[in-house]
Amino acid sequence: MIAEAGHYALVLALGLALIQSTVPILGARWSDHALMNVARSTALAQLLFVGCSFTALTMLHVVSDFSVVNVFENSHSMKPLLYKITGVWGNHEGSMLLWVLILALFGGLVAAFGNNLPLSLRAHVLAVQGWIAAAFYLFILVTSNPFLRIATPPIEGRDLNPVLQDIGLAVHPPMLYLGYVGFSISFSFAVAALIEGRIDAAWARWVRPWTLMAWIFLTLGIAMGSYWAYYELGWGGWWFWDPVENASLMPWLAGTALLHSAVVMEKRNALKVWTILLSILTFSLSLLGTFLVRSGVLTSVHAFATDPARGVFILLILCLFIGGSLSLYAWRASTLKQGGLFAPISREGALVLNNLFLTTACATVFIGTLYPLGLEVLTGDKISVGAPFFNLTFGPLFVPLLLAVPFGPLLAWKRGDLFGAAQRLMAAGVTALVAVAVLWAWIHGGATLAPLAIGLAVFVIAGALTDLAERAGLFRVALASAIARARGFPRATWGTAFAHAGVGIALIGIVCETTWNSEYIGMMKPSDVANVAGYQLKLDDIAQRQGPNFREMIAQFTVSRDGETIQVMTPSKRNFTTRSSSTTEAALLTRGASQLYISLGDTNADGAIAVRIYHKPLVLLIWWGPVLMAFGGLLSLSDRRLRVGAPKPAKAARALQPAE
Amino acid sequence: MTLWFMFALMTVAAIFAVLWPLSRGSSAPAGGDEAAVYKDQLAEVERDAAAGLIGVAEAEAARVEIGRRLLATADGQRDRPSRANLGLRRASAIVALVGLPIAAVTFYLSLGSPRLGDFPLASRTRTADVNQPIENMVAQVEAHLEKNPADGRGWTVLAPVLARLGRYDDAVRAYRNVITYAGDSAERRSDLGEVLAGAAGGVVTAEAKAEFERAVAQNAEEPKANYFLGLAAEQDGRQADAAAIWRGMLAKAPADAPWRPLLQAALARVDETAAPAVSGDAMAAARDTNEDDRSAMIRAMVDRLATRLKQNGNDVEGWLRLVRAYMVMGERDKAVSALAEARQAVAGDAEHLRQLNEGLKKLGLDG
Repeated sequence: MIAEAGHYALVLALGLALIQSTVPILGARWSDHALMNVARSTALAQLLFVGCSFTALTMLHVVSDFSVVNVFENSHSMKPLLYKITGVWGNHEGSMLLWVLILALFGGLVAAFGNNLPLSLRAHVLAVQGWIAAAFYLFILVTSNPFLRIATPPIEGRDLNPVLQDIGLAVHPPMLYLGYVGFSISFSFAVAALIEGRIDAAWARWVRPWTLMAWIFLTLGIAMGSYWAYYELGWGGWWFWDPVENASLMPWLAGTALLHSAVVMEKRNALKVWTILLSILTFSLSLLGTFLVRSGVLTSVHAFATDPARGVFILLILCLFIGGSLSLYAWRASTLKQGGLFAPISREGALVLNNLFLTTACATVFIGTLYPLGLEVLTGDKISVGAPFFNLTFGPLFVPLLLAVPFGPLLAWKRGDLFGAAQRLMAAGVTALVAVAVLWAWIHGGATLAPLAIGLAVFVIAGALTDLAERAGLFRVALASAIARARGFPRATWGTAFAHAGVGIALIGIVCETTWNSEYIGMMKPSDVANVAGYQLKLDDIAQRQGPNFREMIAQFTVSRDGETIQVMTPSKRNFTTRSSSTTEAALLTRGASQLYISLGDTNADGAIAVRIYHKPLVLLIWWGPVLMAFGGLLSLSDRRLRVGAPKPAKAARALQPAE
Repeated sequence: MTLWFMFALMTVAAIFAVLWPLSRGSSAPAGGDEAAVYKDQLAEVERDAAAGLIGVAEAEAARVEIGRRLLATADGQRDRPSRANLGLRRASAIVALVGLPIAAVTFYLSLGSPRLGDFPLASRTRTADVNQPIENMVAQVEAHLEKNPADGRGWTVLAPVLARLGRYDDAVRAYRNVITYAGDSAERRSDLGEVLAGAAGGVVTAEAKAEFERAVAQNAEEPKANYFLGLAAEQDGRQADAAAIWRGMLAKAPADAPWRPLLQAALARVDETAAPAVSGDAMAAARDTNEDDRSAMIRAMVDRLATRLKQNGNDVEGWLRLVRAYMVMGERDKAVSALAEARQAVAGDAEHLRQLNEGLKKLGLDG
């Protein structure tokens, strides 16, 4: 009964989505408030029904009801409870259900908290949400239904892919989906603005919290996924330029650009048409990511779906929404009023520069990801575009972007003073140069680019601090009053500084990890000792252990440095009988921001085991950076004050004053 | 019945969600508008200017800009006062009251299985589940052995059970522990060899062979080790050696040995493959002759087999051997024609035809 109730709830949600996508628009057309308000109650009811449906599927997984195909294929009665729950979205059908649940959640949030929106705008936004939701409900019900049944249920399930049996699955997909799907709100706002034919600074104010929320979740989701791949896949890498990773990076780059251009729009009423386009593109890239992962066109760890019917269906949704919204944009954009003007050198100009670099970076990732696919479709050749391409294109785009980052916040709105900003950044520049010089002296020789890259990172961090110091008037006014002024900062100012510093910190981690990473790969027998980066790792013992649904071989290493024992590390290799596959569980030892990483390979006949040991200096900074960025975003989100960009008055105005 | 009652409740809730705002009519509160945002922005400018975060001139410029935006909103009032459109409201109500339930139930019935009840694990374990007890016992013994890994007797009990359950990798480890903690013996070595071969999908690997050789070194008469050494010889393509080993075993074996039939079947297999006409001497001769002569001899054997099959076609094994021989000799055309002939010959017997098809599949030809 649980399964059927969940199934029916999903069908009802589809029905409600269809009503939500039509009635409010008619209401707005004839300005009937009652009809427009239908959007609100249907959005909330839809959330209720999808919530029921998702809860039903979760319950089915928890009680191991193998009469449901989805549970049979992806669960096992011996699996720990946590993985029974996370296994709900560890498969294609369940993860699509999570997708629509989050979509309904955002719709419900707009309905519940959108009191400050004009009635017709809210009706249009929710109607567009209804279109997206209806398309995806239909997709789920027709091609990937999680509630299909087996009349004679099997005794035991097929178990979840062992790689996914990890705490990472509990966090990464929900975060990522909150990010992906969150951008649907800015998309709906953009389409609603196009339909209504009016857009202004207030629009950006209304859409800001949604974009920020989506961006925060996407940032954390990507960082979490990267850390998960780092410790679970056992290669010690944290980013592989895998198409699935790129699929999440593209909306992030576009979303970051959107975040910045929306600021210009809210504060200065400029860049309006461009912001609308970015909103559309960001969600389109999210949809594209969903298509790439869900249709199975890519074969990688994440692609569990290989049914062509699904691929074609998602492709249709993709064409409908991207094509439809872009056509609407082409048709209506010219009717939107242009906004405020600004000089090329100004805060607005800096943000335009930021947008240019971010969208270009996004385009290169797009090409690098889709070109091999296109080529395969056209000629049948399988090529892979790997790290070299992305490093060569991404690096040159990000260096000038990062150089420009500290300048942006220091420029005035409307017309800025580049020379003045450069003067104020002198201290940051000097700090960066000192960092480069010290590093150079310290490592003498070796990688040339690494100290320069770290210098750049230091410049970004110092630049963020300079901005704060400048605003507080530090060194210009008394310390006490500077602190008082800093207290009075809008939280968004702190948010900007944290987010920008986060970029620098992540860059330091990336450079250190790639340049000074040391490794040991070899066969080891008990009581053998490996020396890596000044640490001695002694293999004490290899033992076997039975887990709930796997057996594991655990190796125990004693780590010591200069004769002093630090800790015991126990990497293991798990064997899952049901899927007859195995996973490596790397052991991590954190020392400050650096990590020792051990992963096990195969054993050979005489009891020796293949071991990979890495020492990764400052590797954790790679993830602390994004966390800091997300924290900055959170600060900005918590700041409910209005954003005003006070324009710098032209000097000419003063020259026109009557002479004495 | 409860299920349909629940469906009805859910449907009512869905309908209510649509009808409720319609019934409230125009009394619903209107939303916010742009003017509110700009007024707040003006207040913000005042606060920032008072706190000294922006200069006086900038604040004035900002005020002017925001004022301009505020004026612009006054031109286009967004939310016009509500005009009740009764026709549309009625149509929406009808869609919700009639269309929604009909569409939902129709769509659901085409996909769902309302007659299937729940089958949670808890209610299923009460019914027959033969595998569960033994696996639980194995898990208990394994847990015990983790704490006492030097318990040789425990490993001796566990190892054969693991082998029977098909967990060969674990069985290999278990037998190694048996040898370590409960003492070495020819029998245990050959058991270890057997699970090693099992882990390799039935192939006697070099590792497994080494174990059998160790077993034979301890006890030359150990039947399992000898049998597998023969199998190793067969898999290496040394049919004569295999036959010799097995024949020797049969000669020495007691008349009531339970493995006699297995050995006889194996012997029959290699004897046939080695072709009845070719004795050990002939093979030795074949090894000495040069390449051309040898291939001529093989060809002669194959032709003989083909002739025999033409006379008596009801020999599936024979046909398969013939097809395999043609494939090995690189004569695919002949293999295909032999295949067709074989199909014709055994067409009358469904069981034979099935065997033939399975054999062909193994050879990599379509079945």
